[in-house]
Amino acid sequence: MTIILACVAGLLALALLAAVIGASERGRPIVYGGSLALCATILVLAVSMQSEASLVLPLGLPWLGAHLRLDALARVFLALVDLGGAGACLYAIGYGRHEAAPLRVLPFVPAFLAGMNLVVLAADAYTFLFAWELMSLASWALVVSDHRSAEAVRAGFVYLVMATFSALMLLLAFGMLAAPHGSYAFAQMRGGGPGAWRAGLVLALALVGAGSKAGLVPLHAWLPLAHPAAPSHVSALMSGVMTKVAVYAFIRIAFDLLGVSSWWSAVVVLALGGLTAVLGVLYALMQHDLKRLLAYHTVENIGIIFIGLGLAMAFRANGFAAGAALALTAALFHVFNHMLFKSLLFFGAGAVLTATGERDMEHLGGLIHRMRLSSVAFLIGCAAISALPPLNGFVSEWLTFQAILLRPDLPQWGLKVMIPADGALLALAAALAAACFVKVFGVSFLGRPRTSAAARAVEVDRWSLVAMLGFAALCLLAGIFPGVMIDALAPAVQQLVGGRLPVQSGLPWLSVVPIADSRSSYDGLVVLGFIIVSASLAAVAVHELASRAVRRSRAWDCGYPGLGPTTQYTAASYSQPIRRVFGTIVFRSHETVEMPPPGDLAPARITKTMHDLAWEVFYAPTAAAVGRVAEYLNRFQFLTIRRYLGFVFIALVTLLLALTIWQ
Amino acid sequence: MILSLAAQGTQMLLVLLLAPLLTGYVRKLKARLLRRRGPPLLQPYIDLRRLLRKEAIVADSASWLFRVIPYVVFAVSWVAAALVPTFATGLLFSWSGDLIVIIALLGAARFLLALAAMDVGTSFGGIGSSREMMIASLAEPAMIMVVFTIALIAGSTQLSSVAAHMLVTGVGLRVSLALALVGFMIVALAENARIPVDNPATHLELTMVHEAMVLEYSGRHLAMIDLAAELKLLLYASLIACIFVPFGLVLGAAGPQTYAVGIAAYVGKLAVAGTMLGVLETVIAKMRVFRVPNFLGIALMLGLLGTLLLFVSRTL
Repeated sequence: MTIILACVAGLLALALLAAVIGASERGRPIVYGGSLALCATILVLAVSMQSEASLVLPLGLPWLGAHLRLDALARVFLALVDLGGAGACLYAIGYGRHEAAPLRVLPFVPAFLAGMNLVVLAADAYTFLFAWELMSLASWALVVSDHRSAEAVRAGFVYLVMATFSALMLLLAFGMLAAPHGSYAFAQMRGGGPGAWRAGLVLALALVGAGSKAGLVPLHAWLPLAHPAAPSHVSALMSGVMTKVAVYAFIRIAFDLLGVSSWWSAVVVLALGGLTAVLGVLYALMQHDLKRLLAYHTVENIGIIFIGLGLAMAFRANGFAAGAALALTAALFHVFNHMLFKSLLFFGAGAVLTATGERDMEHLGGLIHRMRLSSVAFLIGCAAISALPPLNGFVSEWLTFQAILLRPDLPQWGLKVMIPADGALLALAAALAAACFVKVFGVSFLGRPRTSAAARAVEVDRWSLVAMLGFAALCLLAGIFPGVMIDALAPAVQQLVGGRLPVQSGLPWLSVVPIADSRSSYDGLVVLGFIIVSASLAAVAVHELASRAVRRSRAWDCGYPGLGPTTQYTAASYSQPIRRVFGTIVFRSHETVEMPPPGDLAPARITKTMHDLAWEVFYAPTAAAVGRVAEYLNRFQFLTIRRYLGFVFIALVTLLLALTIWQ
Repeated sequence: MILSLAAQGTQMLLVLLLAPLLTGYVRKLKARLLRRRGPPLLQPYIDLRRLLRKEAIVADSASWLFRVIPYVVFAVSWVAAALVPTFATGLLFSWSGDLIVIIALLGAARFLLALAAMDVGTSFGGIGSSREMMIASLAEPAMIMVVFTIALIAGSTQLSSVAAHMLVTGVGLRVSLALALVGFMIVALAENARIPVDNPATHLELTMVHEAMVLEYSGRHLAMIDLAAELKLLLYASLIACIFVPFGLVLGAAGPQTYAVGIAAYVGKLAVAGTMLGVLETVIAKMRVFRVPNFLGIALMLGLLGTLLLFVSRTL
């Protein structure tokens, strides 16, 4: 524990050091290398530690001190934060070379990492919120690191507003939790046992506070603005890791501090999760900016995680520990998986940005020929996020499906309807995600280059490649040895819901059996083995027994070859069928085609309009209302001194009167 | 042990050998229904052999992915088809994947094929890939909901357990199962690019989906992809046979004679499924592409309805 804290302090010290040496050429490897070493140390300690540890430091509020505690749940998330952090730092050693203004990035990355570590370690509300704000502010500074672009500045503003909002909601949630006895330490809150309506309110505040940081619809609007604006390794940290810290905050409050919650709160979480999953992927499908698409896709995965959490809450409310354990394991597994592949994909997007200077997919194409290793890593990431076996994304979705099928006989009608509906939404989101990532990989990496920038792309540096291939390997490993992960998550699950999945490590052939043999089992290793063996068998047999001749030629293209690269399907045309099927409802999208009259040589025009309903219904009116109120209050700024004195007098009298009546 | 290994091996070879025959049978039947003579029953085998012997013509702009994907797609389809109990349950490796895994494996094959279509960089590849993923984005959730219905009735997603449950406990006629069957059939038509969703015989460019995706393939690569498509058709027929009409399935370990009876029953069921498909394809017309979402939406709703009914009542 002390070593972990020393490492976190080291990260903070590194942040200060970076402010001094960041401008020099040596600064970058020192800062990122140092952060990498510190993150790796914490990771090793978090994974190897078996027992709980806690510590009270004489910092912060004088009567409270800073409580820090490392229990099973914190250990899981600490490992997650530092694995993601280590990967991002490794990647950044190479990637950061292209930074225009290193001083705007270098000091904040270690501070951001330290903030996320501290959130997970905190065991009292004050330390927690302090670390939460450190995390938010450091990441805000990173979002606006490119301060000349108007887009980044706007993203930074929206992010700052939403971060403040989320911290305020969490502050209120902790206040409600602490109210009965006035103690901000988690240990006292846990014993509190607040009443039903108070627990519901705390849960709602936690859902809004943590959910807005994680990107739950409709609180997601800042996320696709802010995440892509930062440098790519920071985007990876924000999307892959910071959203998970927000999930941690929700789990800590809803599962640990509040205890068993009522079933209708599970219905709310399930509804929000399902909605988030489908809307997130539909938004993603409509994008053609690579990094923004990935950010929207984070929203989808947060939805999947919250579906798992909602199921766990539903089962726990009904006293069904085994089911809650399965659902929570699925959610935590997906948390881990999403950290891996979303970081990997953002690394890949950064590699594309380095190689071509482009984020717009419509300007890419054919990168697989010029960035061979990067494209392999990116392809694995795409397949993993599309939940294809035998990669890791599939396992967690499979576990979620198993949890949905587990108990159709729950007594509450709300759950009876919500759980199968969420099953359908989850299946829809998974299928749309596959379409989305065929589009991403097909348009940017396959086909022919659409611009000269894409045609001139070169492979990125070794550090970035090692980080990407390493994460791709982890995606594969977590997919074929899921039993190891499930067992590693078991202590945290046990701590939260009082049950766990059967031990997986002793099963034959390393298969996964979440409930019972006769019910369901999956073995990624055997499936992968069969696929590899039969594919190689087929290839060898065909090459040996039949023909191995290859002729290179122009593309056939139905007998009309020789068309230029602009005739390829673009990102917009790829998603057009899906836009027509789903977008007319979700985005109220509309297409008008203007055909010139026959004989006229003017070009035909197609105009498409789309509405972001979350923004138009939710944010724009709120912002307008705040603006109006501010306008109104503005008048009070230019009054004479007599009127101010009058206000003071009236306020004083009113307060005294109120006090008298109160007494 | 030896016998179960042999049964597993027989199953893998059986699906591989029968798959072109089923396609050939459907083609022949359709031709006879239209009063044409039609190609011989064994034509798919002849086609495969001819394609395998030809040289493969690969476009200049194709990457390594283009040449690897046919083999992987074939392997994935083969493994998925081998996981479905055809003539016996409880084969040696049947526990390595359940029904959801099979659906996801087919999803992986489709993902790769859609990528291969984008690889050469032609507009036909793009149109096929884009439409295929649009269709899949509705067909796959519909299939998962059908699977949910079946799994809730049988209390398992493991196909061996499902088949045993259907066979031994005698589920009887149930509303949810009927909904699932209709949904399943709609999905099967869409997934196999059959009429009314897609036309396997078309070469009119604007109506193609699956054929547009594989337009650039030739020679042995095309043979692999054709074989994979035939395996997929067989897989769906076997799935329907295994879940809805599991009669004749051998439960657990048995002797060679029992297995022979099981195989005969399986071939009979395939013939029935092929006949139904042939008749259906002859009597209805292909839909416009943007009608397909409505058609698949029906399947999704049926699956969801079946699942909801089972959440509400155990006996429906």
